[in-house]
Amino acid sequence: MTDWSWLVPLPVVLPLSAAGLTLALYRRPRVQRVVTVVTLTAVLVVAAALLVLADGAPLVVEVGNWAAPVGINLVADRLSALMLTVSAAVTLCVLLYSLAQGQADGENDAPISIFHPTYLALTAGVSNAFLSGDLFNIYVGFEILLAASYVLITLGGTGERIRAGTIYVVVAIISSVLFLVAIGAVYAATGTVNLAQLAVRLPEIDPGVRLVLQVMLLLAFGIKAAIFPLSSWLPDSYPTAPAPVTAVFAGLLTKVGVYAIIRTQSLLFPEGRLDDVLMWLALATMLVGILGAVAQDDVKRLLSFTLVSHIGFMVFGIALGSQAGWTAAIFYVAHHITVQTALFLVVGLVERFGGTTSLDRLGGLAKTAPVLAVLFFVPAMNLAGIPPLSGFLGKVGLLEAGVAQATPLAYLLVAGSVVTSLLTLYALIKAWNKAFWQTPPAELPRTPVPTSMAVPAGALVAVGLALTFLAGPLYAYTERAAVTLAERDPYVRAVLPDLERGQGESADVAEQAVEQDEATVGGEDG
Amino acid sequence: MNALVTSPNLVFVVTIAVLFTVGVYLVLERSLTRVIIGVALLGNGTNLLILVAGGRAGGPPIVGVTPEDEMSDPLPQALILTAIVITLGLTAFLLAMAYRSWQLHRHDEVQDDVEDRRIARLAARDERAFEDADTDGDTQTLDEEAALTRDETDEAEPVPTPEAGR
Repeated sequence: MTDWSWLVPLPVVLPLSAAGLTLALYRRPRVQRVVTVVTLTAVLVVAAALLVLADGAPLVVEVGNWAAPVGINLVADRLSALMLTVSAAVTLCVLLYSLAQGQADGENDAPISIFHPTYLALTAGVSNAFLSGDLFNIYVGFEILLAASYVLITLGGTGERIRAGTIYVVVAIISSVLFLVAIGAVYAATGTVNLAQLAVRLPEIDPGVRLVLQVMLLLAFGIKAAIFPLSSWLPDSYPTAPAPVTAVFAGLLTKVGVYAIIRTQSLLFPEGRLDDVLMWLALATMLVGILGAVAQDDVKRLLSFTLVSHIGFMVFGIALGSQAGWTAAIFYVAHHITVQTALFLVVGLVERFGGTTSLDRLGGLAKTAPVLAVLFFVPAMNLAGIPPLSGFLGKVGLLEAGVAQATPLAYLLVAGSVVTSLLTLYALIKAWNKAFWQTPPAELPRTPVPTSMAVPAGALVAVGLALTFLAGPLYAYTERAAVTLAERDPYVRAVLPDLERGQGESADVAEQAVEQDEATVGGEDG
Repeated sequence: MNALVTSPNLVFVVTIAVLFTVGVYLVLERSLTRVIIGVALLGNGTNLLILVAGGRAGGPPIVGVTPEDEMSDPLPQALILTAIVITLGLTAFLLAMAYRSWQLHRHDEVQDDVEDRRIARLAARDERAFEDADTDGDTQTLDEEAALTRDETDEAEPVPTPEAGR
């Protein structure tokens, strides 16, 4: 069997190298664009290949040929491969959209020249976080993507963006410090930061210490994922950024936090002692988020609140702690990344067309821009979970998993998620009615939307729809991913074949040692 | 050196506690410059914490230089090195942001939450809004405070003074 594991680092290495290249090419915007598009397409192809290859056993790469747990390792199992593929597809669509926007606006100067390197660094950071096999490398991945996101959110440096950026950056830095403290504590308690080795060692330490570590990690990831009491930074920061930036943030950044929660909860803390707490948090996130959305009169803010609210669904799936719960949560993450990003892109188009995102000022778009009306309607219904769209399937999966749990709390969560779905439907229908049906209070400016911008947004809407048609195979895949998560052993064995602190030597070194032994043995013979 | 010493050095622990306390205090300030100093202190506190997490001090971890049981753990030092570089980069970015904020507004205050401000504005319009008991000045009511709330959005209507509606 061919060893395909050399593919694993490519989603990190390719965008990082391309980021350097585009930075050097800042005077040649056209070449920059080509480099970025080619790189992200290549990442998508690699991610799709990993999706197929990791369906067997997890693929492991030991960076610099230093064997785990001494060296750094990158692991692609089913969960990370799926997340990689979805995120690569989304980043590519958003990039095409923003390129079209740049062309339409004739912005060939300053901001664009740093946009490409930053965007590529963001992609590299996201891939690194998905692929890392140790906690500290996840931290580094987070920092790469966050540093890139700081630049993107303050791009242009207008007063409004600096205001929104300040809150975003300070909150993100605090969460990173918390994460780093958690890593220090984990290292003090177990003497390792390698995820596979932690999975072996954590059950052996004092349960009290283990609980503290779990809480610290959850706090750090909870801020990044915007789980309820830690979510108030999000609706303030996101709506001010340019549409493509908001779209990619909404789709990916919070999901990286969700991914980290899934990974650590399933691999490191499988006994699920905080599941009840997580359930309450999920309920609060869902309800508080959606009530915030209902109260908004600006589409971008409304969508930011639905984003917070729907993080609650994923946390619900994780908190169930069952295989069915994880299956549904992973499916929901994949669905939500595409749908939420598509919605933000379409709202960017609406803003461009009507000159505003305020629901009080928009109106009558269904007649003047029927294509936009359809492009908004489909993902909006998908987000609300109207059958037979993928949002419905994800929610049904969660509800089934919740009912299967059959505890009062799980039933409460099931009821809560139904209410949240209905309120989502209400908020989005209200937005649709106001923006597309009501007669506009004042004449709108009606700037035409370039087709080159509508096509990537449409493509992403189509990807969201495709998830509906491919729901069978996709659900089967997430189910297999959840099985791997529940078993834990395949992941640990792939990284640490003997489950112990190995010799810390790579295959090459081992071979050399054997050769040396043979040589010395031969020498003694002679 | 006694190889069996496993409890951390008290001086380090106290230093970490002080750095964290001062750091958290400064991060809660409204001025971005103070927040930056707070972040730097928190970062240093964390680095020390990881160093302490690495266990006792020892000789350089090089085979042939130090006997194996006297080596110090090299991993925390590698982690700290990475963390220092990241903190440095972020501090530079924050400084640039504080400078930009000063350029634009002549102050570097971390602004209110948009939602908070909106609610404050609603409260300013509501005549029945109850008297605010916990203002720092003794004369300001919530209405007056809301009127003073800084607004950067340029689209807010002028806030009516409390007297206007009475």
